[in-house]
Amino acid sequence: MERVPILKLGDILIISIQIDLEDQSVLALQEDLAEAVVAHSARGVIIDITAVEIVDSFIGRMLATIAAMSRMLDAQTVVVGMRPAVAITLVELGLSLGGVRTALNLEKGVALLDHVRGATP
Amino acid sequence: MTVDADVARRRIEELLRTNEEQILRRWTLITKATPEELTDLYQALNRALDSGGEDLADVRGLLAELSRSRARQGFTPSETSRAVFGLKEALYEVVEEDGGADALRGFIWFSRLIDDLGLFTFETYATAREKIILDQAEQLLELSTPVVKLWEGIVAVPLVGTLDSARTQVVMEKLLQTLVDTGAEHAVIDITGVPAVDTQVAQHLLKAVVAARLMGAECVISGIRPQIAHTIVTLGIEFGDIVTKASLADALAHALRRSGVQVSTPRGTRISVRTEDA
Amino acid sequence: MTGGSELPIASNADVVLVRQQVRSAALEVGLSLVDQTKVVTAASELARNALVYGGGGMARVEIVENGPRKGLKLVFSDEGPGIADVEQALTDGWTTGGGLGLGLSGSRRLVDEFDLVSAPSKGTTVTVTKWAR
Ligand SMILES: Nc1ncnc2c1ncn2[C@@H]1O[C@H](COP(=O)(O)OP(=O)(O)OP(=O)(O)O)[C@@H](O)[C@H]1O
Ligand SMILES: [Mg+2]
Repeated sequence: MERVPILKLGDILIISIQIDLEDQSVLALQEDLAEAVVAHSARGVIIDITAVEIVDSFIGRMLATIAAMSRMLDAQTVVVGMRPAVAITLVELGLSLGGVRTALNLEKGVALLDHVRGATP
Repeated sequence: MTVDADVARRRIEELLRTNEEQILRRWTLITKATPEELTDLYQALNRALDSGGEDLADVRGLLAELSRSRARQGFTPSETSRAVFGLKEALYEVVEEDGGADALRGFIWFSRLIDDLGLFTFETYATAREKIILDQAEQLLELSTPVVKLWEGIVAVPLVGTLDSARTQVVMEKLLQTLVDTGAEHAVIDITGVPAVDTQVAQHLLKAVVAARLMGAECVISGIRPQIAHTIVTLGIEFGDIVTKASLADALAHALRRSGVQVSTPRGTRISVRTEDA
Repeated sequence: MTGGSELPIASNADVVLVRQQVRSAALEVGLSLVDQTKVVTAASELARNALVYGGGGMARVEIVENGPRKGLKLVFSDEGPGIADVEQALTDGWTTGGGLGLGLSGSRRLVDEFDLVSAPSKGTTVTVTKWAR
């Protein structure tokens, strides 16, 4: 089973999903990330799915879970880089990703985190 | 009109009436038209001649119809007018059989009439062709609906013409891809130029707005005509929390405000990142 | 590969393989990028259901033709406990596994043809088809 690496950039954690994840890896990522948020006192989490070709209900649930979990640990989550085909498919599937912030790309994701933290110090 | 000419003309009208079956059969053989089309035309012509021959409106109407359908089916202009000129040939056989001087003289008069109608056919054919070419150009234009940049970070798709499900999907995919390519966080879908939408098209528009949101961008729909608003309401489609504006200008103003641009302040424009609230 | 290929669904890794196989078949059929994404997503849902609820099963990937149109036909079958109330299982949000309950109902929206055959203790077979435009 492959594990997704978690990068640290200041007080932001960046997860860039580069491979077709099996469900076990998805669950492992959730756990690893919760630990990392606490260990690094991270204030923000960015999940980059630019390379992800499909988001099914399982991955969708992971994104929502990570967002809810990090909120509890006082960190904000932004999902960045969702492809148009993936977004169109998610809408058809019926997944709204409620509670998950999104941005078009990594740069905008970082800016969004800065802005959110600026607004709620 | 001289007495002689009148007699000659009567003779032709008589021949046309009494030899209808033979002339029609011959005419059908010469032209590529269907017997039904020609019969209609033939009878309209007879009626017009009976009532003095001045009012050719019905005949012209039928001929226009014939030319338009020929133009659409891709017949050449000469093939099309030959359908009319064929009547001369068909009648000539009857005139020849008759052999009388009146009939021959009358035939000259009839030829001129048919020539005029033939030219008319040619003209309507040309107009119809032109219209077809224009329509095709318009369809091409529709297919290449541009996604335009209105402002830094704001793009728009001005939709014009009939929207079917397939075209809407193509355009919406293009819009979403443009968001990725340009990094624009605001999009305006302007449907001022769209006369009507059906359920499917309305759904596709809504889905595009939701998909854009999933990607991290906000869409505004502008220029919804009263008729379309009515359709959407009667179809029971939920527009939910999707922002709609009366005009493209209103939508742009909204997008500018949302993207934090302050117009006409002493400090000039300021751009900041959008927030999720409100 | 018009004869179709059979793939086992016995582990999470197999679900990934099914997705990849369906993706390459979708490319071969000439589905648009969006349609490829839709059918692979549906395959992922249905393969996972066969694994999680059916205790594992098989996926069949087949290229079909209807006149000039090509399509992708997928069959997911298992010999698990089956579904007692198919209507209910196809309702958005209905789940017995703590999921989102969108796998079946959502996949149905993602494909052109959807057929679910299931009976208690007889296993479940879901057949879907996506046609190229
Ligand atoms: N192959 C199967 N065998 C037995 N039961 C099944 C099978 N597939 C689905 N079900 C039943 O139908 C329900 C709905 O399935 P569906 O895939 O729609 O949702 P889910 O798997 O619970 O959640 P998710 O949204 O994560 O897929 C399941 O909870 C399960 O009870
Ligand atoms: Mg499921």
